[in-house]
Amino acid sequence: MIHFIVHGSQDNVGVAVSDLVKGQQLSGWNMETDQRLEAVALQDVPLGHKIALKPIAAGEQVIKYNMPIGKASIPIAAGEHVHTHNLKSARW
Amino acid sequence: MRSETFLGYRRKNGRVGVRNHVVILPVDDISNAACEAVAANIKGVLALPHAYGRLQFGEDLELFFRTMIGTGANPNVAACVVIGIEPEWTGRIVEGIAQTGKPVEGFSIEGQGDLRTIASASRTAMRLLQQASEQRREECSVGELYVSAKCGESDTTTGLASCPTVGNVLDHLDSLGATMSFGETSELTGAEDICASRAASAEAGAEFMRIFKSYQDFILAQGADLFGSQPTKGNIRGGLTTIEEKALGNLQKIGRRCCFVGCLAPAEAPKGPGLWFMDTSSAAAEALTLWAASGAVVHLFPTGQGNIVGNPILPVIKITGNPRTARTMSEHIDVDVSGLLQREYTLEEAGDRLWDMMIRVANGRLTCAEVLGHREFVLTKLYRSA
Repeated sequence: MIHFIVHGSQDNVGVAVSDLVKGQQLSGWNMETDQRLEAVALQDVPLGHKIALKPIAAGEQVIKYNMPIGKASIPIAAGEHVHTHNLKSARW
Repeated sequence: MRSETFLGYRRKNGRVGVRNHVVILPVDDISNAACEAVAANIKGVLALPHAYGRLQFGEDLELFFRTMIGTGANPNVAACVVIGIEPEWTGRIVEGIAQTGKPVEGFSIEGQGDLRTIASASRTAMRLLQQASEQRREECSVGELYVSAKCGESDTTTGLASCPTVGNVLDHLDSLGATMSFGETSELTGAEDICASRAASAEAGAEFMRIFKSYQDFILAQGADLFGSQPTKGNIRGGLTTIEEKALGNLQKIGRRCCFVGCLAPAEAPKGPGLWFMDTSSAAAEALTLWAASGAVVHLFPTGQGNIVGNPILPVIKITGNPRTARTMSEHIDVDVSGLLQREYTLEEAGDRLWDMMIRVANGRLTCAEVLGHREFVLTKLYRSA
């Protein structure tokens, strides 16, 4: 069972491919490197939503597809749900 | 093995269609009623009511004519009856469609009234439909297809599964000399540099950046904030947070190898084979109407949260990578590739499934959107009428 997928080797977020429950031990897959990954969900993360793979400081770029997709608006801990409450576009 | 041939309708101008519609095309909003009456009389023709066609001017009027003529000229259309209030604009559209060599006849209502017009147009429609019903499909090469691609109600599974699957198919189509188009100018925000780097020539890349910047300037000039529109509420529910993230997922559908050879104005026909960028809205029904008018005969539509759009003349194949959508909205999904998320099969195998469905649809299989009656025909309006 894969719980989350990571697009690129430089990404600091993964995508939940099932509904994740707080405290759950997670098995992940990096599509670029084909490596298996482990993580723990700090919060519930719904299918399709992002989970932080490492701590991200406020103002730091959030990376997915090896590309910036915006900046953290508050500090984010590894295993946290990443969405509109803590990630903002750098464009509009 | 991916089939490289299908059974299509070869038109007089050499183009190949996958449907054989007889279209009753209103020139303007007030001629919708007559067109719908003809379609009620003659079973099997397709009326395309719409909201515009009066007092348009300038670039907006040119786009209107391009859309109307292009719709009638599309190879999925066997023949066309055009009905307008007055003869001049009606005649311009008839002449434009007639360039393809297909049967097309025009009627204007002024001086006749609806009832006489409906009677004469119905007789013509009957004759054209019976003629069209005798046309036979013949073997055509996949390289003769013009395929458009655009996603809708995207979520993160779109970037993981359904868009890469479409990209896998576009890469293969490109190698067979097919014509393809993608667009959605606003949804490339954040991935515009990557998109520009996929141009086949410096000119094509520069033209894309010019179109993209002109769109950004338009947003700034409106004093608008697209947050709340882009990403949409549906995108956000699906886990997409920012426009950059949405754009990077969107761009997965142009594959890994193919490069765009040029840029098209809305509803403009590609000038040759290969992948083309078209300047379109990201709103599904508007964009599909523009691609249909540019001559596309099959559309590949990745969706995450479940967009249900269709088009009257362009079959729309829906692909989802979201297992929940595949389960809860199965009547809208032609190809389910959600197994990619659990590595049940490879991207190449997912591409095989989509390819197989594309060939079956080209051979005549009806898409979910066709069966469910999704015939959204929505004109792009550049500014208000005079």
